[in-house]
Amino acid sequence: MSFRPVFEAHPWDDVKASIYAKTAADVARALAAPRRTLEDFKALISPAAAPYLEQMAQASHRLTRNRFGNTMQLYVPLYLSNECQNICTYCGFSLDNKLKRRTLSSVEMLAEAAVLKQWGYDHVLLVTGEANQTVGVDYLEKALKTLRPHFAHLSMEVQPLDQEDYERLIPEGLNTVLVYQETYHQDDYKKHHPKGKKSNFHYRLDTPDRLGRAGIHKMGLGVLIGLEDWRTDCFYTALHLDYLEKTYWQTKYSLSFPRLRPAEGLLQPKVEMSDRELVQLICAYRLLNEEVELSLSTRENPAFRDQVIKLGITSISAGSKTNPGGYAVAPESLEQFEISDERSPAEIAAMLRRQGYEPVWKDWDAALA
Amino acid sequence: MKTQPLVIAGRTFTSRLFTGTGKFSSSALMEEALLASGSELVTVALKRVDVADADDDILRHLGHPQFHLLPNTSGVRTAKEAVFAAQLAREALETNWLKLEIHPDPKYLLPDPIETLKAAEELVKLDFVVLPYIHADPVLCKRLEEVGVAAVMPLGSPIGSNKGLLTKEFLEIIIGQSKVPVVVDAGIGAPSHAAAALEMGADAVLVNTAIAVAGQPVAMARAFKMAVEAGRLAYEARLAAPVAHEAVASSPLTAFLDM
Repeated sequence: MSFRPVFEAHPWDDVKASIYAKTAADVARALAAPRRTLEDFKALISPAAAPYLEQMAQASHRLTRNRFGNTMQLYVPLYLSNECQNICTYCGFSLDNKLKRRTLSSVEMLAEAAVLKQWGYDHVLLVTGEANQTVGVDYLEKALKTLRPHFAHLSMEVQPLDQEDYERLIPEGLNTVLVYQETYHQDDYKKHHPKGKKSNFHYRLDTPDRLGRAGIHKMGLGVLIGLEDWRTDCFYTALHLDYLEKTYWQTKYSLSFPRLRPAEGLLQPKVEMSDRELVQLICAYRLLNEEVELSLSTRENPAFRDQVIKLGITSISAGSKTNPGGYAVAPESLEQFEISDERSPAEIAAMLRRQGYEPVWKDWDAALA
Repeated sequence: MKTQPLVIAGRTFTSRLFTGTGKFSSSALMEEALLASGSELVTVALKRVDVADADDDILRHLGHPQFHLLPNTSGVRTAKEAVFAAQLAREALETNWLKLEIHPDPKYLLPDPIETLKAAEELVKLDFVVLPYIHADPVLCKRLEEVGVAAVMPLGSPIGSNKGLLTKEFLEIIIGQSKVPVVVDAGIGAPSHAAAALEMGADAVLVNTAIAVAGQPVAMARAFKMAVEAGRLAYEARLAAPVAHEAVASSPLTAFLDM
């Protein structure tokens, strides 16, 4: 059993045509429905929903506040390595990019961790490229063992692994895994991932199933917005989420919507998504699913972030560095992508309080895993 | 006018409004609202507090003599995890009271009856005062009573939904046959819901979202306090029977008796 047959029952061109065929009446029906279906979601992300944006934002704000309260979760990425055997056309760590490669030792990880702890963080997201020789499962296990005593909640965004690898890492304190499909458009996926293990579209597509079978507590899904038509790609994210929630019902889910940003010497987005459209997407996700976590990173700029957090977001990062060693060990090294919001965690926390949100640093306990 | 106090496991409560600590926009506001609610039993998620930190922001704001802490096991998915978390909570928060909640389903946070019964049985043996969060299932309530829980906490509707007493029919059965106090735990969205629960004989209610997410949480906490007091007073005063509005039939069924 896997997502594949569900995915294959929804050909890209059909999905896209059906989204763009949605009318104002479809949107009105979706807004009025007590619980929304995937067809309603199509209407809400369609161009026909643009005039309903304010109404969507009001509903999204209300639903989110009721479910998640006046709180905002805070997390921060901790880049462990930029070694990578993949070529990804949009990524600063791509194999064909010339930069100094570095993988943190345990001592260096702890030095980085000390800075994050001092800022107040209890939830870190461990990030690596894909270099199975040096940054394989053994390395990840060591990283979890090293950092677990210092953080309440450990998440990971690394290469897709086999089920037994996840089963090995979960008891070491791995709570959450983020794995973004990047795009659900198979031909485009191949174009953007020409070399390396990542070029295998289906292995990546099956990753959430492997995570679910391994019993992961939480997983994060998303696409890299800008590679393909965002409406169609995000429908597949919603379809994937719907399948996963029904299949692995004990797992929690979060969604992200990173917009492609310029990185060193790389491609510009094929499809641009405006701020209005990103707000539309966030609200549509919330109207589809009242319980899913929605996460917003520092890729977005401060003015936009300050406004949009009220519209459905439940977790944000702050003070992020996207280079291994960026907090303490090697602050000058090249970043994976450019950060737009460079405010410190303390500044972000103050901004949240001004807006009536309690910043939540701890919402898990290492002892519970 | 005084109503009867509530006694659970030998502890007497004058307030029948139990409260939660999540979803507030600040710990200071939470403290102010809980004080206004008059609540004497306050549940706190083990996962949200840093028990190693003596100055933990949430616990710091709960340091009032009238607040008894009721640690909860939110986040655990099995009986085994719950027992482990309970022991941690007992050690860290120095209370053997426990709100047992096992909801392996993170979407609707619905409780797992099988794991809950298993954990309750074990925790009672380990000398915990166990208050299990459960579906409004009358048979499960009796089974839990038999293993020695101190109260049962059936839900009114899905947690955080503010939909009120959608399980009313089953709550009535539970209240009617329970030997331990019945605390309606989830879904109460308005003071009128809380009053209705007390009027029908629930021993207490637990409210969190409806207070924390209200426009003015402190005022809403006070409104709940009044509603719970009114509901209990009404229950003790015994409600007048509702008037039936059946029309008088033109050919009465009992007319033959007069012939």
